[in-house]
Amino acid sequence: MNFDYSDDQKFLKNEARKFLDAHSSSAAVRVVLNDDAVSYDKALWKGVAEQGWLGAAIPEEFGGLGLGHVELCAIAEELGRSVAPIPFASTVYFVAEAIMLAGNDEQKAHLLPKIAAGEIIGCYATSEGPGVVDAKSLTCKVEGDRLTGVKIPVTDGDIADVALVLASEGGKPTLFLVDLNGEGVARETLKSLDPTRGVAKLTFSGAPAKRVGAAGDGLSISEQVFDRAAVLLAFEQTGGADKCLEMAKQYSLERYAFGRVIGGYQAIKHKLADMYVKNEVARSNAYYGAWALNTNAAELPVAAAAARIAASEAYWFASKENIQTHGGMGFTWEVDCHLYYRRSRQLALVAHAPKVWKERLVSQLERRNAA
Amino acid sequence: MDFNDSPEEAAYREAARAWLEKNAAEHKGGASANGRRPNSPEHMAMAKSWQAKKADAGYACITWPKEWGGAGGTPIQSVIFGQEEAKVGVNYGYFTIGLGMCVPTVMAFADAGTKTRFVKPAMRGEEIWCQLFSEPAGGSDVAASRTRAIQQDDGDWVINGQKVWTTGAQYCDYGILLVRTDPDVPKHKGMTMFWIDMHDPAVEVRPIHQASGGSEFNEVYFTDLRVKDSQRLGNVGDGWKVALVTLMNERLAVGGSSGPDYKTIMELARQTDTVGGSAIKDGAFREKLADWYVAAEGLKMTRFRTMTALSRGQTPGAESSIGKIIAANQMQEMSNYGVELEDQYGILVDPAEAPMQAAFQQSLLWAPGLRIAGGTDEILKNIIAERVLGLPGDVRVDKDVAFKDVPSGR
Repeated sequence: MNFDYSDDQKFLKNEARKFLDAHSSSAAVRVVLNDDAVSYDKALWKGVAEQGWLGAAIPEEFGGLGLGHVELCAIAEELGRSVAPIPFASTVYFVAEAIMLAGNDEQKAHLLPKIAAGEIIGCYATSEGPGVVDAKSLTCKVEGDRLTGVKIPVTDGDIADVALVLASEGGKPTLFLVDLNGEGVARETLKSLDPTRGVAKLTFSGAPAKRVGAAGDGLSISEQVFDRAAVLLAFEQTGGADKCLEMAKQYSLERYAFGRVIGGYQAIKHKLADMYVKNEVARSNAYYGAWALNTNAAELPVAAAAARIAASEAYWFASKENIQTHGGMGFTWEVDCHLYYRRSRQLALVAHAPKVWKERLVSQLERRNAA
Repeated sequence: MDFNDSPEEAAYREAARAWLEKNAAEHKGGASANGRRPNSPEHMAMAKSWQAKKADAGYACITWPKEWGGAGGTPIQSVIFGQEEAKVGVNYGYFTIGLGMCVPTVMAFADAGTKTRFVKPAMRGEEIWCQLFSEPAGGSDVAASRTRAIQQDDGDWVINGQKVWTTGAQYCDYGILLVRTDPDVPKHKGMTMFWIDMHDPAVEVRPIHQASGGSEFNEVYFTDLRVKDSQRLGNVGDGWKVALVTLMNERLAVGGSSGPDYKTIMELARQTDTVGGSAIKDGAFREKLADWYVAAEGLKMTRFRTMTALSRGQTPGAESSIGKIIAANQMQEMSNYGVELEDQYGILVDPAEAPMQAAFQQSLLWAPGLRIAGGTDEILKNIIAERVLGLPGDVRVDKDVAFKDVPSGR
């Protein structure tokens, strides 16, 4: 039984924490938070590329480190913990994973080394309006290799160089690669619940689009990409939730009320114990997801859904109760609690909300039981 | 990250499987369908013969030193054997408390003669032990024990009082008993531990008629019970320290709790119509089902993490407290959901009529006990807050006061 990080993975995780403590501090995150003109931390992005993290799970032949996905999970946990204001998830969990999963040789050779080197930022565009997009509601269209339509919101769409776009071609949902710096692309930066992670509206008017995967496979590829991203995001969420518990604990040991530290009151102790229980459930489910992702197991869709549901719930609970534990201080802009509250929402929404994953999980369980 | 045994663990598992395959068949018929023990003489006899066979093969108390008949093995070996034993359906619960908590306390504090007399028969299942800690006035607050022991001129002790919620007292031969020996000092300092003979006429066992309708637990009354000073475990006044050793020996819980799980309620939903059609198609039900699955899987995977710690030679700490909080609450919530899913029919608890032999109804009635037994939800949360997170203990009004002066309700 070895259901934990290995010593090497722990070392990597520890190094990642040290690096992010130094380069993704509260002050650094707040530069992005407070200035609308700054959509991500360029210095941190460069540093992360130099650490090799962008290519952690990309094979060496494509310029990556060729480590496994568990290593990427360890990095994700630390990025989540430090609310790193960089387009890591969009570029690595979505675009790189999608290209590794469904891209052709040329796309892999063209994109993966640039992603690993930090030369390009990617984004993944499926949403077109409130609610879940499906084959019927999809309005973005590709005709003659040209894309038209609107995607909103697209996380990191304001800064990305390439986008993977779900659009229909001849009535079939298909995934396309689009150069956002090329012709036929207009971007509009929008306001996000979490200003440390930017969003945009992308309007395509005849932008050149190259198919990724087979025509008509867009939805199934996206589902697989979302499964993979869900596991990685679950580690960011778990890292964030653990940080919230630490902050709440720290504050409850320093803050006095009625003549003693508030951490001695059972109302606070039980609240923090509840956080701990949810965080452990999230971590355990995330580990199972990491195992399934790393071994490409048949259990991945179920494991990914469970990881995402548990992590979304844990981070939501920890981030809101962390504010509550801090009292009025927690509701000020200057105290970091709201960074986590905001990020918990951003992460819970960016790859479908928990409600969607619960339905996916139960459908999978039904299929599994029928088999 | 993997679920594989190390080569040594795999070899141990293989040997355990081979041994079980050869030996278990004639001892089957262990757990009843609902996971509870029938408590019949035949069932007990089968459990005892199986225990003796395990003891002779070194599988009864794997982690105990060889000197006392154990196998000198590791905790992970014990977990592995437990898993394999459960798979073949021969795990009996009668000896768990005695061998997991009581006898290790005897081994830690008794003299050589006492150990020689008791350890082996307990291991072989010939004698069963119970733990006598909880009292009517002290459940969560175990150190509030009032059962009184007074030393006589000849050195013997005379004990009067009552214990409660004693698992297995009706079939146990011996027990370890926490008593008050000095009410004039603060409560943690005035207690002492003894081992006692449960067959002594001064010990009366009365089954508790539980709210669930069953009687798995007991009250135990002591009326002028006379024990020798040589039956004392640890020093006079050190009873609390001894009790902590007992509680620390609480065995790592392996395996899930009994009763319906997410698969059971999925099956029920398939068979049951609700407003608008089959319950399995109901969105509200499906969301709940996803939550239950995630919690159950989280618990299962947390156990794998605990096993990993054991496998690496680490000692799992109080974090295992999360298991019962999740399992007990989930059991209560899910069983109630199942009952409500049956609508009017849910009122029926008759196994011949109610779906799934009334599994949800029985579980609903049992769940309140599970949230209390072995540490209430609230006590377990205190344990997590204090021992895992390091938050301060509550303000104590009973700490520096003589026990006799501590305020009490009655």
